[in-house]
Amino acid sequence: MAISCDPLNVVICGVGGQGNILISGLIGNALMKTGYHVTIGETFGASQRGGAVFSTLRISTKRRYGPLIPQGKAHLILGLEPLETLRMLQQYGNPGVVCVANTHPILTIGALSEKEEYPDSSELKKAIVKLSRLAWFVDATGIASKLGATIVVNIIMVGALIGSDQIALKKEDVENEMWNTFPHGKMKLNLRALEMGINNIKL
Amino acid sequence: MRDIVGQRAGTSALLLGNEAIARGALEAGVDFCAAYPGTPSSEIIGTLATVAKNIGIHVEWSVNEKVAVEVAASAAFSGLRGLVAMKNAGASVAMDFLTHLNLTGIGDEGGALLVVVCDDPQAHSSDDEADTRWITKIASAPLLEPTDAQEAKDLTRWAFDLSEKLKCWCFLRSYTRLSHAHGDVKLGKILRPEKKAVFNTSKHYIPFPTTSKHAILHEKMLKVQEVFESSPFNSYTGPEQPEVLIICSGSGWTCSLEAVETLDLSESVGVLRLVTLWPFPSKFVAKYLKLTTRVLVAEEVDPFIEAHVRETATSYSNTVLPLEIYGKDSGHMNPVGEITPDRIIYALAEILKLQYQSRETSYEQAVQDTAKPLVINRGMLWCPGCPHRASFLSLKKAIKRDGRKVVVIGDIGCYTLDVFPYGPHQSNIVHCMGSGAGSACGFGQLAPLGSGQPPIGICGDSTFFHASIPALINAVYNKSSMTLLVLDNGATGMTGFQPHPGTGRTATQDPAPVVSIENLCRAIGCRVEVGDPFDIKGTTATLCKLLKDENGPKVLILRRKCELVRMKEERTRPYRVWVDPEKCVGEKCGFCYREFQCPALFHDKETDKVQILEEVCPGCGVCVDICPYKAIVKEDIK
Repeated sequence: MAISCDPLNVVICGVGGQGNILISGLIGNALMKTGYHVTIGETFGASQRGGAVFSTLRISTKRRYGPLIPQGKAHLILGLEPLETLRMLQQYGNPGVVCVANTHPILTIGALSEKEEYPDSSELKKAIVKLSRLAWFVDATGIASKLGATIVVNIIMVGALIGSDQIALKKEDVENEMWNTFPHGKMKLNLRALEMGINNIKL
Repeated sequence: MRDIVGQRAGTSALLLGNEAIARGALEAGVDFCAAYPGTPSSEIIGTLATVAKNIGIHVEWSVNEKVAVEVAASAAFSGLRGLVAMKNAGASVAMDFLTHLNLTGIGDEGGALLVVVCDDPQAHSSDDEADTRWITKIASAPLLEPTDAQEAKDLTRWAFDLSEKLKCWCFLRSYTRLSHAHGDVKLGKILRPEKKAVFNTSKHYIPFPTTSKHAILHEKMLKVQEVFESSPFNSYTGPEQPEVLIICSGSGWTCSLEAVETLDLSESVGVLRLVTLWPFPSKFVAKYLKLTTRVLVAEEVDPFIEAHVRETATSYSNTVLPLEIYGKDSGHMNPVGEITPDRIIYALAEILKLQYQSRETSYEQAVQDTAKPLVINRGMLWCPGCPHRASFLSLKKAIKRDGRKVVVIGDIGCYTLDVFPYGPHQSNIVHCMGSGAGSACGFGQLAPLGSGQPPIGICGDSTFFHASIPALINAVYNKSSMTLLVLDNGATGMTGFQPHPGTGRTATQDPAPVVSIENLCRAIGCRVEVGDPFDIKGTTATLCKLLKDENGPKVLILRRKCELVRMKEERTRPYRVWVDPEKCVGEKCGFCYREFQCPALFHDKETDKVQILEEVCPGCGVCVDICPYKAIVKEDIK
């Protein structure tokens, strides 16, 4: 499958600790091995402390693009958390953008200490739908809890991305990268998570 | 860390910029690598440490950046290839040695020394955005700046050859958007070290007589300039006679190409990419200045290239037409923050009087109406289970109990989160590594000058070794009445848990002697107390006692392992923690979720009771002691 735009600009966002950088690597490696130039931008260092984290992927057949996506130029946003998905739409959204988003919120420290309000879930969802051409949602955290491991939310979301069929990303290629990344003892759980993501995505 | 040696030469790998630099060093046959960790540079040495034994090279975490360059230079003096890496702030620490080094050169034994400095434009993980390119002039060292991961690898390999040929250290400047971006990189062959370290004792490398050595160094830099004038790393893309010529370096290169593409200007705008930045390749640049009358310089932070372009235009004024130079001075490029494609797009649009809008007005309006009212900031604070949260609570209590206006001087590490928007804001001053101790030492000497305010300096365990010890010795010697709070969490936490002299292991995971912070402090003459940060009552009492002792410097070491490290090692929670709804009074109290702010504590508004978020709680149990109503309960997990 060819990419729909060149460069294809993908944003993967979430909260520090959700494993956002890990899945950027899985997706990036899978695409690089299919022959694309891939650049991934990310900032980390202080990111595991619950802050907003996002990676930008630039996928191209032409050349190596820089890691930064210009304002308003994302084609696809993979959101591991709904507030972060909307934050990215604010910066990179446009009438053609497609979102694949986890519906489960992670409260901010300001909301937990009741210094401010975390936005209402249905309002968040409405805003994401309004600012996207297409928006898929999946309760990745709920599925992960059923699997007994909230840590696999990120893998479920990669599954959801594959399930959305919006990117030249093959399940087998991602699985290969997962074999290269995870201890083999953890693979059964992660393969199950990927499958659940593919099957549970809803428009 | 990724395995950067497993893949065959000729294949491609998706490497972090820092991993690409590490791979380039291995392809150059590096022998000796040293660094003090600092974002965004840490993964260079971190990656090399994981392959050190396999390849047969020396890799160490040094106690600070100055020591790192000194030890690596010894390898170069002995004929080996040395690599040092640091963040921008670390370059200032290393500068004293680096300023001298090229006066003597790095020896005649065929060694090489590459110093990699990773700047942080936009200060993503720094408290300044210092542009270290200027040190190249102070220290007379050739300056190279790669544009992507592939070039970072290739340039690193080449820089070692250049250093060996010139017998001087070379400066490879990276930046966050290179160091922390992944790119596809075609790999070359790794060279395993073969040379034996031998120093020729009949030689003397001493910077005296300084002025004549300085003159020789200047001549050497002229030779480097000759090499740079024809370097294939510098290149031009664009029409023969560009209406506007963009001159750029670093991430300015991909941003410029993207701006030209976005505005569809490839017929009229050219991009000149500079990789060998200093000595400045003026002749090469002048060749392109002749082709145009309008130049936009696209670089990050300071107008370093811009100043040289202006100089070049003046020097070659007989052949170069009068130029309009756009950049920082003209206000077209921002002199602060990182470079982005948008900044260049808007600058070009302004110069060429084009209209550019990143998205439709109607969409922009929808963003304003729909997203803006909902999107709140996601502040950062300490992880659940972090010892620092408890330490700062004790600090706050002790200051309140003491009653005086205690001055608190923070430092660089996870405890800096104290001054972030949701932090407890106890630190009055925060500057650099070790200045918690240094500044406290100064405040502790102000009593004879009228001050009645006792100071508390803060540092971490790694910060203690890095730069706090001389300040503490100064405090003993000059009788400063200060208290130093050492928040010892057993790791260099903020940069990724690297070991240090207090941890008992080396960068390559070998056992090492433990340097005891308390023994060292006692040996120099400090009063020392050691406590557990989770003992809030005891810590508060000890701090109050130390604040009253005005007889020289006092040190309180609060020791408990970083929760992220502990969880990685032990893989289990010590306690099951829950809230007794009979005792919790909810928002009437609110101390735990409003003040203590552990992210595992959640106030359910419907029941007006606090709950423990199971998936977040690491089971440390400290909240049991902070609840004024004794409503939080813990139970051992067997």
